[in-house]
Amino acid sequence: MALNEDKKLYHVSSSPHVRASVTTQKIMTDVIIAMLPATAFGVYRFGIGALIVVLATVAAAVISEYLYEYFMKRPITITDGSAVVTGMILALNMPPEIPVWMPMLGAVFAIIVVKQLYGGLGQNFMNPALAARCFLLISFSRAMTDFSASFPEGVDAVSGATPLAVLKAGGEASLSDLFFGNIAGTIGEVSVLMLLIGAAYLLIRGVISIRIPAVYIATVAVFMGLFGGRGFDLYYIACEICAGGLIFGAFFMATDYVTTPITPLGQILFGVFIGILTGVFRVFGASAEGVSYAIIIGNIVAPLIERATVPTPFGKGRYAEITKKLMHENTERGGK
Amino acid sequence: MSLGTFKGGAHPYEGKVLSENCAIEELRFDGEYIFPLSQHIGAPAKACVQVGDTVLAGQVIAEAGGFISANVLSSVSGTVKAIEPRMQVSGFPVMSVVVESDGRFETVEGYGQKRDIDALSKDEIRDIVKAAGIVGIGGAGFPTAVKLMPKNDDAIDYFIANGSECEPYLTSDYRLMLEEGERIVGGVKICLGLFPNAKGIIAIEDNKPEAIKHMQELVKSEPRISVMQLKTKYPEGGERQLINAVTGRYINSSMLPADAGCIVHNVATLLAIYDAVAESKPLIEKTITVTGDAVATPKNVRVRLGSSYKKILDACGGLKTEANKFICGGPMMGQALYELDCPVTKPSSALCAFAHDEVAENPTTPCIRCGRCVAACPEHLVPPMLVKAANADDMEGFEKIGGMECMECGTCSYVCPARRPLTQTFKQARKKVAALRKIKAAEEKQRKEHEEAAKKEAEKKAEEMKKNETGKEVPSWR
Ligand code: SF4
Ligand code: SF4
Repeated sequence: MALNEDKKLYHVSSSPHVRASVTTQKIMTDVIIAMLPATAFGVYRFGIGALIVVLATVAAAVISEYLYEYFMKRPITITDGSAVVTGMILALNMPPEIPVWMPMLGAVFAIIVVKQLYGGLGQNFMNPALAARCFLLISFSRAMTDFSASFPEGVDAVSGATPLAVLKAGGEASLSDLFFGNIAGTIGEVSVLMLLIGAAYLLIRGVISIRIPAVYIATVAVFMGLFGGRGFDLYYIACEICAGGLIFGAFFMATDYVTTPITPLGQILFGVFIGILTGVFRVFGASAEGVSYAIIIGNIVAPLIERATVPTPFGKGRYAEITKKLMHENTERGGK
Repeated sequence: MSLGTFKGGAHPYEGKVLSENCAIEELRFDGEYIFPLSQHIGAPAKACVQVGDTVLAGQVIAEAGGFISANVLSSVSGTVKAIEPRMQVSGFPVMSVVVESDGRFETVEGYGQKRDIDALSKDEIRDIVKAAGIVGIGGAGFPTAVKLMPKNDDAIDYFIANGSECEPYLTSDYRLMLEEGERIVGGVKICLGLFPNAKGIIAIEDNKPEAIKHMQELVKSEPRISVMQLKTKYPEGGERQLINAVTGRYINSSMLPADAGCIVHNVATLLAIYDAVAESKPLIEKTITVTGDAVATPKNVRVRLGSSYKKILDACGGLKTEANKFICGGPMMGQALYELDCPVTKPSSALCAFAHDEVAENPTTPCIRCGRCVAACPEHLVPPMLVKAANADDMEGFEKIGGMECMECGTCSYVCPARRPLTQTFKQARKKVAALRKIKAAEEKQRKEHEEAAKKEAEKKAEEMKKNETGKEVPSWR
């Protein structure tokens, strides 16, 4: 082929000239895939109503994002998948029997108020789905905490208590029921097994790092051991970990990129912080829940944590010390 | 065996299969050869020939313009046709000596004469390297002789030959290690002669097992030289990362490798050192890789400096599909070319032609704060924070969070799922900070001069007052 006959100038750009294949869209798709096992189990447990809640919430999220961007004459970004993720997380946080318009309203709130008004993807300072959940909890607390219809057969629905509430009241919960999802709860949080399958997928795909979830869960475990009133009883602590949406929160909400610290040390501190908050809410709070509130408060302090945990650049600070030490050792060895 | 490596980095598609098995071919062309006076870091060289002069291959045509500078030599015999600005890969014209080759490639007297290395003093070796115009090949083009002159030769305990070739697609160093291994080892030996306490380490990424095996074989009987395998990861061959991988030491932007007892040279540079010192062959030719999915026959070629990339590409069969991007160097740190008719210079290592321009094809989207860039940055920086500071024109903040440590390696931009042009932002910001620093230094100097003048003035006044008081002329120094 002839080269540049007409002396046209070629494309230039600043290096690097290649890009990794991962895109925002692919990451969001992975998150959606990771939530499918829990979603499927929710539908299996709670019936077609749960499916309608999920679909309606996702649709509300996507459509409100589209309409907002359309009317504000912004580029339409619904294909990046982030609105679907928001809708899905919100839906999985809903009691199965909730009137469907409530989570839909929540989705509109999440997208318009929490995400778009702050500048769209990447700019919000609170996890949109969680903020919407808290908004719904405050506005419709009865419907949002009514799990009576979600109790498994054979369980005393009249007492109306979730496993966490039972634990708090001094009762016992069944770890295997918690693990396999044979309990009352929101659509997505009930089956720890399904959630862990999704979490493993995210970890293997490199979408999330283990830092926040591991530190968060470990902190809650230690806190409940210390202050839960039952000492380090492993069965009890395992129940605390599996109950109350902690696993769902730890792997799917506390790992939200936008609203958690980006620095490695910051992520660890963030995990400790929300772990302590969750423990405080569980032990001293009025209700036994606390994961959502803990993460939301964590989101608000995340920028502070982040600013305080900027890593030492390569070769500075402690790295300079290491270098000095190594060189010193070498001269000593040479001297002998 | 554990592999040496550093924290962070990325794994771009290696693409070396295209050319790794192509033996080096020699290419010579007729016509013009262009020698820019500035193809190294430091002061430009000063032309010492005139239009119309006849020159020989290996003749100095421009002399180093300072301590940190390098001679420029003609790589062909012929006549000086012009001394004028010519287009460079950077996209800017640079003052150049243009030589019309006579096609005979006649060399200067003594070219190729063998020397007895052992008989040479350290200073003689350094002078030869200096005169040969050698600068860091495959890097930024730092004058090699300067690098070989640390404050204290005895304080150097590692001499590292960089054979990592971590840039994707590039295979010229690999081929050189396979084909010219003996001479590379010879170069290492010459340098070890300068640094009596140094261990020689040839560092190679583990995606080049053949080269590792071959070099290991060659240094078997060299007690001071060993081969070290490095993990294949970009930017393993970056000077700071390489030193860290090999020695565990860290250097930052304000340190020289010698401050950590290390000297690092690329294997191609070591080959040039050997050729110059042992065989009286100054740097007039170099091996580059011509590759990319748009090139008809990817090759490794040895060309004379000053050859046009256009001729080189033609000699590799031209293009097989339309190329949307030409890069001088590798895809991670190379320079995109506006046009191909630019000369090969000392630091150049490759010409890549790609059918797709991945940058243009991947529009940027908002940062989702995924942290991939943070995990990948080999300098442990937090790119989104740097971007924020740079965009807010907060240069102080940019510096405070380590902006000047950025080595513009491109890893962050590569891994970003939102395709943010991070590295580009940092390049601009770093330029700005450097400019600001200069201004500040100038102001500081001015202020000092001012102060000095004021002080003198005050002293003079005080003296006068004293004089008036005592009524006698008693200068204070008596
Ligand atoms: S890799 Fe890109 S999207 Fe992710 S945090 Fe860095 S700049 Fe943002
Ligand atoms: S270009 Fe700079 S900020 Fe980006 S990865 Fe390289 S050193 Fe880090």
